[in-house]
Amino acid sequence: MKTFDYVRPKTIAEAVAAASEPGAAYLAGGTNLVDLMKDGIAAPSRLVDVNRLPGLDRIEHLPGGGVRIGALVRNADLAHDPDFARRFPAVAEALLSGASAQLRNAATVGGNLLQRTRCPYFYDVASACNKRNPGAGCDARGGEARLHAILGWSEACVATHPSDFCVPLAALDAVVEIEGKAGRRAVPLESFHRLPGAMPERETVLESGELIVALSLPGEAARFSAHARYLKLRDRTSYAFAVVSAAAALSIAGNAIVEARLALGGVAMKPWRARAAEAILAGTRPTETAFRQAAELALADAKPSGDNAFKVELARRTALRALTLAAAGTPERVAALPASPFASLPGAILHA
Amino acid sequence: MVPPITLTVNGERRTVELEDPRVTLLDLLRERLGLTGTKKGCDRGQCGACTILVDGRRINSCLALALSHDGADVLTIEGLARGDTLHPVQAAFIAHDGLQCGFCTPGQIMSAVGLIQEGQAGDDPERVREGMSGNLCRCGAYAGITEAVLEAGKSLERAGRRHVA
Repeated sequence: MKTFDYVRPKTIAEAVAAASEPGAAYLAGGTNLVDLMKDGIAAPSRLVDVNRLPGLDRIEHLPGGGVRIGALVRNADLAHDPDFARRFPAVAEALLSGASAQLRNAATVGGNLLQRTRCPYFYDVASACNKRNPGAGCDARGGEARLHAILGWSEACVATHPSDFCVPLAALDAVVEIEGKAGRRAVPLESFHRLPGAMPERETVLESGELIVALSLPGEAARFSAHARYLKLRDRTSYAFAVVSAAAALSIAGNAIVEARLALGGVAMKPWRARAAEAILAGTRPTETAFRQAAELALADAKPSGDNAFKVELARRTALRALTLAAAGTPERVAALPASPFASLPGAILHA
Repeated sequence: MVPPITLTVNGERRTVELEDPRVTLLDLLRERLGLTGTKKGCDRGQCGACTILVDGRRINSCLALALSHDGADVLTIEGLARGDTLHPVQAAFIAHDGLQCGFCTPGQIMSAVGLIQEGQAGDDPERVREGMSGNLCRCGAYAGITEAVLEAGKSLERAGRRHVA
C-alpha cells in the first residue's frame, strides 16, 4: 500500500476543501477502498476521513412519507431500521443480501454507491484495464467474461456495478445529495452512475472534491411497500455478488397494477431501470403473461459481451420471478435468506 | 506526522504511537499490542478470521484503519472470558465441536457474539447460518458452529444477558 496523508476534517466544507486536491480520496467505512489500496489499485496520496462529520449518520423520516438517509448511515443500521424496512422493504432486502454482517456493520450508504466493480481484470494489476489505466485496453474482452455486462457496455469496458442497494434505489427514484465547492446539488440515482463509453475511468457524475452527503427516497416510493421484492441470483447462497438481480415493486388496486417499477442489477455498469417494462404493466392485471412480456421488454436490448449469453435469459427469468414475488406480496419479515431464489413464496413461479 | 491514538481494548485504555498511517486495527492488535488471538486470514475482508467487536459491533479488523478508529472501544477474543470462566459462546463451541484446526475460531466466536447481540437470528438455524456467512471455516466445522451459536443464544437469553459481550 502506498502511504498517504491522513486528515480528519470537522466540517463538510473542510472535507470538500481537503478532498479537492489531486490524489485525495474520501474514507468512510473503508470496506472497499482499503481493500483496493492494499493491492495498489487505488493509491490516494491523501485520505480525507469523513466518519466524524456531524449530522451525516441520521435516518430522517420526512412528513410527506419520504426518507432522507445520511451518507454515513451504516448498511446494517438502515436495513434494520423498522420504519424504513416497513416502507421500503425491497431496499432492506437488497441491503441484507449484500456482503457479510461484518461488512454491513462498517459499510456506509454513500460508500455503497461508490464501490468499484469486482471485474477480476480490474483487480488483477497484471491485466490490461481501461478503468484502472485509461487507454491500456481490456483483458476482459475475449477473456473470462461470464459475469460481465449484457447492457450498456462498450468496447472499452464490460464491467458491471456490484451494488445490490442501488438496484431498488434506482427503481424507486432515489435522489443523491452532493456537496461540492459550488454548493449542494441533487442528482437522481438513475443518472448518478455513468456508462463506460470511451471513458470507463469516469464512473459517476461526481466532480473533484464532491461528497455524497445524503440519499433520499420520495414519499411515492412507499406506495409500493405491500408488493416490493429484491431477487438476487448468486454463485453461492450467501456472501456473493449478484450474477443478475432484480428489484420489482408494484402498486396494485383491485385486480390491476396501478404502477410498476423494475430495475436490474449485475447487468451493466449502473443499476438498470427498465422503464419500457414498467410502462407496459401499468393498468394490466398482475398475470404471468403480463410479467413475461415485461421481462422480455426489459432485456430487449441486451447482448452478451463475452461468454455470458446465459445472463440474458437468466436476467429475463429473474425479472419475471421478481415481479411474480412482488405480486404475491411483501413478506412480514425479510426471509432468512434475503433475496434468495431458494426462499420462495406461495404462488411463485419456481421454474420460469 | 501521525498523531497517537487511544483505544479501549478489552476494558483497558491503551495509547499507541503510530509512525505509519497504513496500520489496520488487525495489525495494531497483533503487532503492537501482542494480542495475537485475532487472526489474519485473507487480510481482504473475505474470510472473517479477523472479526472483532468495535463499539459493540462486529467488523473485519483487516479493513479498518486504526487511525480512523481513534477512541473506539475494542473487544477481542482475549477479552471475552471472565478469568477462568469461559464466555457461553466459547463454552458452546467446545461442547459442539465447532472447530477443528482452530484458526478461524476466534473470528467465528466474536462474530457469533456480535450476531447474538444483534438479535436478528433468534433460534432459526437458517438465519444463524446466513448471519455467520462472513466467517469461513476451511475445516468445514459449520454444523457444529451453527449448533454452538444456537445453544449459546438460548443460554444467554435464559440468563437475561442483553449485552452478551
